[in-house]
This record gives sequence, structure tokens and C-alpha cells, in this order.
Amino acid sequence: MTLHPEKLTCITSAAQSEVGRPSSRTALQLTADACLAAIADAGLEVSDIDGIACYPGKSAEGGGIAPVSPSEAAAVLGIDPNWTLASAEGFSHMAPIFNAITAIACGLARHVVVFRSVAQATARMASRSSTLMSGSRNRVEGNNAWTVPFNALSPINTFALYAQAYFEKYGANEEQLGMIAVNNRRNAAHNENAVYRKPLSLDDYLASRVISTPLRLLDCDSHIDGSTAIVVSHRDAAKDLKNPPLHIESMGMAVGGLWVGRYEGDFTSMPAAHKAGEMLWSRTDLKPADMDCAQIYDGFSIHVWMWMEALGLVPRGEACRFVEGGKRIALDGELPLNTGGGQLSAGRFHGYGHIHEATVQLWHRGGGRQVEDAKTCIISNGGYGYGAMILRRD
Amino acid sequence: MSETIPPARKLPKLEPGSAFFWTSGADGVLRIQRCSSCGTWQHPPFPRCSSCGSEAVAPAPVSGKGRIASYTINHERWLPGLQVPFVFAVVELAEQSELYVFTNLLAPVEAARLGMPVTVAFEQHEDVWLPMFRPDETGGVA
Ligand SMILES: [Zn+2]
Repeated sequence: MTLHPEKLTCITSAAQSEVGRPSSRTALQLTADACLAAIADAGLEVSDIDGIACYPGKSAEGGGIAPVSPSEAAAVLGIDPNWTLASAEGFSHMAPIFNAITAIACGLARHVVVFRSVAQATARMASRSSTLMSGSRNRVEGNNAWTVPFNALSPINTFALYAQAYFEKYGANEEQLGMIAVNNRRNAAHNENAVYRKPLSLDDYLASRVISTPLRLLDCDSHIDGSTAIVVSHRDAAKDLKNPPLHIESMGMAVGGLWVGRYEGDFTSMPAAHKAGEMLWSRTDLKPADMDCAQIYDGFSIHVWMWMEALGLVPRGEACRFVEGGKRIALDGELPLNTGGGQLSAGRFHGYGHIHEATVQLWHRGGGRQVEDAKTCIISNGGYGYGAMILRRD
Repeated sequence: MSETIPPARKLPKLEPGSAFFWTSGADGVLRIQRCSSCGTWQHPPFPRCSSCGSEAVAPAPVSGKGRIASYTINHERWLPGLQVPFVFAVVELAEQSELYVFTNLLAPVEAARLGMPVTVAFEQHEDVWLPMFRPDETGGVA
């Protein structure tokens, strides 16, 4: 019999810090803000938390992408963990959640706080450019060496290759792709933590500057300072907490593809994401049609199409037509999509904004962006490694 | 903000596993890692063949011909002095399905299209021969 550790666990709370471009608070302060708010939201005390994990940990990279380690967060919060983990490896941003699930299922912890903090807005104040673009004469090494010498100085250039190939193979067009940004912004208007809330029309999208064909400025997410935290609990420890537990109905994960192995495919899909999708659906009786809403990773807009197809929410090559006009992905449509504004409008939380928004919907905290009576939500994260979850409330 | 003028291109560091790729153009021939046990080509290079597991992998000459699997026209001037627009492309080499290399297309940007036959044209920068590609006037590979 297959063990499903995720079914022994649930999400019992979620919270976000303030979001700044930049914030006056440090990454460690923002982390503490989010974690303490999440612990309180669960109805727990700091002393109840026995595990702490984050993506991706702390590094000297300097761009604000990895500003806080779980051990320093534990020290600052006064958490005395049995179990900690930082992971940038494998299943992208969801790796610490999947690892927390297995730790809880194995009895190593009962309540794990998982956080993702970013300080990329602050880092950009110090230096305009990302690490790929630094003007230093140092030579490029590692995986970046395959693209940067050809002046592909931003990840947008690589993902533009996917978008162009998808456009040509499936006859997609920029009006269809623009609906991702337009729909996100429509939803962000109701999200007070979103960084961009001003209404955006398809004409505004089409008038925005082209960065790397066919992708425009408004196809890109936006760097921020902020932190998101969730508490993952054993289901037996979740019964008497404040929020109705959100069951982790299923999880799916895969690695492989560009920079994490060899790319196999024709640049119209992320093949490993399809594998994550297959795993996800193999662990539940629910079907794509049972999803009340979807929080789909949008580092760039094109990710959304590739993820929707990888998860089987639409057939291959059909995401472009599904989103066209924006009706079917609207809050009252058949698959409300990125209801908090996604990363394009709410900011680059590296997938944790999507997870947070799933909890907002399932706890019916959405206000003007609430999907009526939402009980299930599918979430995906990642552009290089791939993770997906289905959350469900009773 | 004072910024030093960067080099025209950021060049790859010549690392043990991949230096052959960047210096291959010195004699005008593109080389890709190939497994001598099973014949599979692989790029980026690995210390062993990911098809059969053999460590008998070594650089071997390729035709330098292929087709554009996808491309993008970059308009953003990421660095001072960067000439835009330019085409960043991924080429599927003729030797094997899904054997991809990244490159720039040496042609007017409006000429780029998927499936376009291309052939390698090296550009030397210091001790690096960047494998660029240009349209293959001979019609390229079948
Ligand atoms: Zn072999």
C-alpha cells in the first residue's frame, strides 16, 4: 500500500508580512513578523512549534534571494526546534513543505512553521542589476555559462524561448498571453498586500514595452521585500486549533529540465512539470474539474500556460484559448486563476504568495476577491524544479 | 552611479568539463560530448553518459548544422554598451533529436524563424570561440 504522508498533515495557518519595494524592515524582521502572525493565526504559542523550515536558506549571493536561515529565524523567534531544514534543491519552492510533511508524518515534529522571505527590492536599491548582469570582468561559471555569453542576461530570455515556441506551435497570440497579466491585476485590486493594484487593460498590456519577444514588461513578476509563513501540523494536533484544517489532499514533485539536467522536449512545455502533475493526480480521487480555484506559478506569464497543461487543467496547447477573454479564469468563472494577483501583480514571493492565497480562499478571507464557497484549490510552484499541491477543506 | 564599462560580452570561464566546447572553434570545428559506448551525444557535458552510464565520453566533431528550435528577439539593454536588438536562440543540432545548444543568430533579427536551417560560425573573444549560428544558405539538413 502506498503511503501518503501528506494525508497525515494539514495547513493550520498562514500569514504574510508587509510587502515593500523596498520595506523599511529587515528580512529577519519581516520573517519574524510573518512567522509570529502565522503562529498566532493557528492559535498556537511559539513554544508549540517544534520544526522550522524555509526555501532556500541563507547564502552570500547578495541579491536578496536567500536572506534568512531557519536556524537564525528560530533563534530570533525563540523556537527550539526538533527539526529544521533549508532547501533550494529539487522540487523548487515547495521542497521545505514536502519535507515538513514527511518529518511530521514520521513523528519528528508536530507543528512546523515554513517560511519564504525575500529582500530583492532592498538588494536592487544597492545595485540595479541581478547577479547575471554585474559589470564585473569575472567570467561566468556553472549553468549560467551556457546562456550569458550569448547576452541572455535575464531569465526572461530563456523563458521567452518557451513562449515563442508555444506561440508558433499552438497558434497562440499576445492578446491571449496578456490575459494572464490582466486577470492577475483584476484580482490584485482586492488584495491590499499586492504591490500593483491599478487597473490594467489589455490595451495597456499591449502598449507595454517588449523585453524579449514575445514577452513584455508586464509578463514579468516583480521583486519585493516580504515574507510568507505557513504552519503545517499533524492532523491529530490540528483538531482544536483556530482555523478549519486545510487537508493536504495530494502533492506532486519532479526535477529535471533546463539547468537541472538536460532539457527534453520542444520548448513548448516543462516536461518535468507534467511528471509532477501525474504524481499529484495519482494520490487523490479528486479530478481537475473538482478544483474550485487555482494558484498557478507565474514567475513569467508563460509559466501559467505550461503549468495549467502540466497539471491537466486544460489539454496540451489549449491554455492559450482557455484564458482568452478572461471569462473562464475570472473569480466567477469555471477556474478562478491567481485570485490574489499572482506574482505579476502581488510580487515575487517565489510561490509562497500562491500558497498563502490558497489559504485565503479556503478560509474565505478573500473579501472582494473571494471565490464563492471555495473548498478545493490546486497550487503549483516553480520554473526549474516543480512542486504542486491540492488543498481541501471539509 | 559610476559603472565601469563592461566587456562586450561576459565570457564563460574555462572549466575542466566544458572548456573543450568553448575552445573547439579554434580549428573551425564544433565539438559536442559523445559516448563511445552507445553513441549518444550529450550537451551540456557530464562526467558519464546519462543514457548508458559509461564514462567513455569525449568531445567529438559535429557538422555544425542544425535548425532553430526557438528564439527570442531581445530588446532590453541589460548592460551599458549592449547592442540591441539581437536574437538569442536555441539550436537543435543535426546529429541527434533534442541535442540543443544556445547561441546568437548572426542575421537581421527579422529573419529569425522556427525551423530555420543554420550553420555554426565562430566568434573569437580572448581564449573563447563562441559558437554563433548563421542561416545555412545550402538549405541545411533534411
Ligand atoms: Zn552511452
